[in-house]
Order: sequence, then C-alpha cells, then structure tokens
Amino acid sequence: MKELKSVLPKAVVAFIIFSFVCGILYTGVVTGLAQLIFPRKANGSIIEIDGKKYGCGLLGQQYTDDAHMWGRIMNVDVSTYQDENGNLLMYAAPSNLSPASGEYEMLVAERVKKLRAANPDMDETEVPVDLVTCSGSGLDPHISPAAAEYQVARIAEASGKTEDEVRAVIKKCTEGRFLGIFGEETVNVLEVNLMLDGILDER
Amino acid sequence: MMAVIQYILYPAILVLLAVPLGAYIKKVMNGEKTFLSKILTPCENLVYKMMKVDKEEQMTWKKYTVSVLIFSGIGLFFLFLLQLLQGALPGNPQKLPGVKWDLAFNTAASFVTNTNWQAYSGESTLSYLTQALGLTVQNFVSAATGIAVLSALIRGFVKIKEQGLGSFWVDMTRIVIHILLPLNLVISLLLVGGGVIQNLKGAKTVPLLEPVAVSAEGEILEDAVIDEKAGTVTIGGVLVPDAEIITEQFVPMGPAASQIAVKQTGTNGGGFMGVNSAHPLENPNAFTNLIEMLSILLIPTALCFTFGASVKNKKQGIAIFMAMFICLVIALGTIAVNEQMAAPQLAQNGEVNISALDQAGGNMEGKETRFGIAASSTWAAFTTAASNGSVNSMHDSYTPLGGMAMMLLIQLGEVVFGGVGCGLYGMLAFAILTVFIAGLMVGRTPEFLGKKIEPYEMKWAVLVCLATPIAILAGSGMAAVVPSVLGSLHNDGAHGFSEMLYAYSSAGGNNGSAFAGFSADTVFLNISLGLSMLFARFLPMVGTLAVAGSLAQKKKIAATVGTLSTTNAMFVFLLIFIVLLIGALSFFPALALGPLAEYFGSIA
Repeated sequence: MKELKSVLPKAVVAFIIFSFVCGILYTGVVTGLAQLIFPRKANGSIIEIDGKKYGCGLLGQQYTDDAHMWGRIMNVDVSTYQDENGNLLMYAAPSNLSPASGEYEMLVAERVKKLRAANPDMDETEVPVDLVTCSGSGLDPHISPAAAEYQVARIAEASGKTEDEVRAVIKKCTEGRFLGIFGEETVNVLEVNLMLDGILDER
Repeated sequence: MMAVIQYILYPAILVLLAVPLGAYIKKVMNGEKTFLSKILTPCENLVYKMMKVDKEEQMTWKKYTVSVLIFSGIGLFFLFLLQLLQGALPGNPQKLPGVKWDLAFNTAASFVTNTNWQAYSGESTLSYLTQALGLTVQNFVSAATGIAVLSALIRGFVKIKEQGLGSFWVDMTRIVIHILLPLNLVISLLLVGGGVIQNLKGAKTVPLLEPVAVSAEGEILEDAVIDEKAGTVTIGGVLVPDAEIITEQFVPMGPAASQIAVKQTGTNGGGFMGVNSAHPLENPNAFTNLIEMLSILLIPTALCFTFGASVKNKKQGIAIFMAMFICLVIALGTIAVNEQMAAPQLAQNGEVNISALDQAGGNMEGKETRFGIAASSTWAAFTTAASNGSVNSMHDSYTPLGGMAMMLLIQLGEVVFGGVGCGLYGMLAFAILTVFIAGLMVGRTPEFLGKKIEPYEMKWAVLVCLATPIAILAGSGMAAVVPSVLGSLHNDGAHGFSEMLYAYSSAGGNNGSAFAGFSADTVFLNISLGLSMLFARFLPMVGTLAVAGSLAQKKKIAATVGTLSTTNAMFVFLLIFIVLLIGALSFFPALALGPLAEYFGSIA
C-alpha cells in the first residue's frame, strides 16, 4: 500500500507527459513536416486536372465497361459511408474467403466464365490470377502486366483503338519493382482508363 | 526468380540494420553517451524534473512491478474514457459518435497490452484525436514498457547480491526519448515521402469513372445500364424502381503515417485503416512496404544483440538470435511455398494462370498486386513471429497450411522475436526452462549466465511460458461452446473453426492480427478477448520481474568444465526443441481440427 501511494502520483504525471509528447507533439511535428515537404502525397494522391478531381490514384474502382480496363474483383461496400447530403459513397472490403473451399471454387469458376465471355480473343490463354481474386484491401488500384495484356484485344475493339495504342497506354501506367527487386510490377488501372478516355495524358 | 532474391534480402537487410541498433539500445539503457545525447539528454533530464524522479533510484522488483501495473492501468482507463467521449471532443472532422462500451474496453485492453487486436475499422469508428492521443500514445508506451521490463531482467542477470533493478520511470523515459521518438520521426517522414497520408483534414470524396447502381435494398446491381442524366437504372431494358446511382468514392484522410510508423516499430500492429497495411493509403508501394515490413522485426532483433552486449556475453545474444531466426526461416519457407502453390480450388484445372510469369501468381486472394506473394508471405511471417499483428494481406484467405504456419508462430508463445522486449524475456524464460531440463538430464544444478536456477525461478518461468497457451486454449475452448460465437464465423467448416482459434491465439499471444472475416465486435468476444490479452500480457510481466528480482540477489558462480554451455549449437537446438515441444503439444489437437482438417479436405 505504501508503494501504491508513492507510485501513483508519478505514474499520473508520467502518463500526462508521454501523452502530450507522443500523442500531440509527435503527431503535430510529423503532420507539419509532411504538409511542408510532401503536400500532394500527404493528402491522398488525388488526381486533379484543371481543378477538377478525377479519382484517387491509390484507390481501386469497379470497371465493367468493355472499353475500360478491369481491375481486381471488388467486394463493393455502399452501406458504411455517406456524404453530407446523405448520398451513398462507394468503398470496398476484402473477401476474407478461404481459397480452399468448394464455395470458393464455384465463385472463381463463375468469374472465369465471365472473363472468357468478355475476352473471346484470349480463349487459348489462361486467365491471370489477379483478375479472378479479390485483393487484401479490397481497393487494390493495380493489376499485373499479365492481367493487363489479357484485356488488350477487348479494350482495343471496344474503344476503337489499335492494340498497339492500348499497349502504349498500359506501358505509360506500368511501374517497375522498387530498385528492380522489391515488390511486383504493377499497372495502375484508373490511370489507364483516364488515358483511354483522353482525360489524362501523362502520369 | 525475383521472389527468391526478395526472400533472401528481406531477412538479410533486417539483420544488417538490427546489429548497430542493438548496440545503440544497449548504450541508451545504460545511460551511456550516444551520437544523439547532445540534443536528447537535456529533454530526458527535463522529464525527470517534471516527474520529480531520482535518476539513480533502484526499485525493488515489487516496486518496479507496481509501477508497471499502475502506469498501464491509468492508460487502460484513460483510453477507455477517451473512446466513450470522443463524440463530444475536438479532432473529430467526421463527427463520429462515442464508441460503445464493450468495444471501447476491448480496444483499450488491446492497445495497452501491445496487442492491437482491432474489432473495429479505424476510418469509420475512431476520431483523429482518439487515434493520436489514445492509440499512438499507447503504441509508444506499451512498447516502451516491454523493453523496460526486459532491461530489468537483464539487470537481474548482471547484478550481484543487489536488491534494485533500476527505475521504471528512467527506463521508460530513455526508451521513448532516445529510441522510439527519433526512429519513428524518420520512418514517418519516409512513409509520407512514399505516399502514405498525413493530414488533419476530414475524409474526401472523388468521382467514380463508372457509377455503381444499387437497389433500394442496398444490393449492388451488376449488368445494370445507368443513365446518369436521367437518373434511371435499367437491367435488360427493364427499369429498376428506386435504384440509387452512386457516383462518388470515399477517400479516408487523417494523421496516418505517424501512427503507422510506431505501430510497426513498437510491434503494436493496429492499423489506422481497418484493412491495416493492405490499404493503399497506408502502404502505397514496395518502398513503403519495405520500410514498414523491416520495422516490424527491427527492434525485437536488435534486442537480442543488446542482451548479449549487456550481459557481456555476445555469444549468448547470438545463440538466442539464432534460435529465433531458425524458427522464423522455417515458418517463412512454409508460408511462401504454400502461397505460391495456391489451392486447387483457385487453379481450376489450369483455367486460371497461377504461374509467376509477368505476374506474382500463386494465391492472390486477399493479396495486393503491388506486394505479390513474396512481400505478402514475408510480412505474414514477420508479423506473426513478432507479436506485431499488422497485415499487408488478409490472413483469412491464406492457404490452409500457410495459415497454420502463421497461427503456430503465435501459439509458440510469441517468442520467435515476439513483441519488443516481451518476446525476448519470454524466450529467456524458455532458456531457463531449457537449462533446467538439460541440467536434469546430465545431473547438474542448472545455471544460466552464472546464476543458479532454483525452484523459485522455475515456478515463475513456467508461468511465463504457459500463460499464452492457457489464455489461448481456455479462451477458445470456452468460446467453442458459446452458441452466439457461431454467428461470428465468416467461412464454413474447419476454416470457420480456424477463424475462432486464430482470434484467441492472437489475443493470447498479444499479436493482434486476425482471420479478419471473423466478426469480433460482439459483447462476449470483446470482453473475453480483452481479458485474454490482459492475462497473457501482465502475468508474464510479473513473472519476469520476480525472476529478475531473485536473480539480482544471487552471487555469480564461475563457469567450470562441468557447466552446460548456453552459447553453442547444442543449446540452440535444445531451446528450439523445448519451444516447439510446449507449443506443438499444446496446440496439435486444435490445429488438427482447423487448418489440417481443411487442408486434407481441400486436396481430397
């Protein structure tokens, strides 16, 4: 009990000091420096052209138009977020499904069928795995180069461009591995689609 | 090929960074001069002045323990209140309401115990004030508490016939000011430079390139034709009444990078966003991923070398490190191979391409394209080895055997590096157990680092080693008979059982990761998981400090030819063997019902 009495006041003061230093001061300093040095990145990498917003380059969207490139499978969530006027907002979540269940097998078979139907020119090619799987965030903005190439013929036909034009756009939106080693090669789907629509010229 | 290079480089870079950091931490804990002393020591002294703390105080193990418990108790109480009241407090641009009491208790227990289990989604539940003043603070101080208790144990080994273990307040202050603050300041800025958000703005919206149609019941209408101008939705030419057209996407904002840095380095793991470091705004690319991933194991690895240097027996530090590293590499290999091979259900008899040509291939369910299999599997191994619990891919969607390797890393007691400080003191309890069992086999009095191991130390060491298995098995055993828990399972059959087992493993191991399909936000689960976390955190802490207090009072015995070496390969092997023995024997029945049953079912 004696120890309790001598410890308690010190513990309270320590908690207040560390709360201020680690909670307010640290967060404040990092925010200040971040806004000063990296303003665009610190605010969400939103794609803006002439003051008009065209999406967030880091967040995936759902595309079903044949003339657009399709991304990862999305588990769209429209019930969690609303804007000030009460309009529903789109967000997405991971599937959290086991990849080893019978239910999952049927789900993937359906996705393969849909992709096969939409990409008849690619009948001889296996479907790249990222096109039939849901991502970890549910909001993956990227697909692999293999998944992009799989869609070239369909996009070219539906958008009236040549396959080479579509490939050139894909190339512009492809990012290599970090230092050539870490992570994977990625194609940013939103950027590809904005370029296909003629909205964006360069990344 | 690139994947193999990544698997080799990640651990290699980790060790390369951990060695110098270990030397630095040793200097800090002994109050020696470092290259940052000029700036930081005056701040340190200022804190002592405000707290009226005597820098030279030597606390008995009881006083040290009381200080730890009271400090943590205040944190628990404050964080609980902060969540309940956040609706009435500033720093809440989304105008989020107060958190309900059971979830608030669970989250408070979770962050105070360095677990960071999250039964909520950050972007939809917590205000920026709660995230910064509540969670970020606990990310710092719970990590510092772990390292402080470890330093007290180290002093127990070093001191001869003394009562004191140093001062908890001095240890805390040094760890926060000299180690955690500078390290996290650098890491946060690197993360923002890589594209992680850091601001105080409210969430934004951006227009969708293709609008989404939703029925009046809230279901997504696929294959719908949307006329945005007229505001009508038709399917196959038939008008859908009352359908809503969604044209905007939600973009979360907030002070994320600062919290992410410390959640990684302090083996906390609680994400700013619900999906943690899989979220592109929390971990946008391979560069940020590299930094976040190495940060998971940086301090736990460094502490092995700190330990060796502090007890003036570098080989001892290396022996403990090797035992941990070998377990990590085996687990990593198991996860990597299973994820790259994926499951037959995904491969669809060759219809789906799971090769690694121009893509990551393998089991991409629940994984991000930019991380692929290599960076996801490595992260999964790191985060479950350390009791970090942050994720960059969804563990629920791993293959059965990949998921089992992660679960086992947690169930071994979080001693394969484990949490900052607590992983190493947990492993040292296993080392005490090992010298005792080895001593019995050769008929010698067990001793470790020149200190005799007697019944008192053994009793506490056994409690330290068994706290996690008890918390996990008792918790999941109870939950298995509560009918309402069935409603929380997301997957069917054996995988559903794995989800529940993983939840209690995560809480009992103070890990915090999840098979996230599991809906953990119910009153029963919030309370029972919260209590598991508190039990598995504080019982081993008390045990460790009791052992430290007893060891400090003992005399040092000189090593003779008869002394069992605790630095050679034989000891490393024995240590791994004992860890596996206790972990595997405790959990084999449960694992057989979960991941093993699922695996054999999936290949049948």
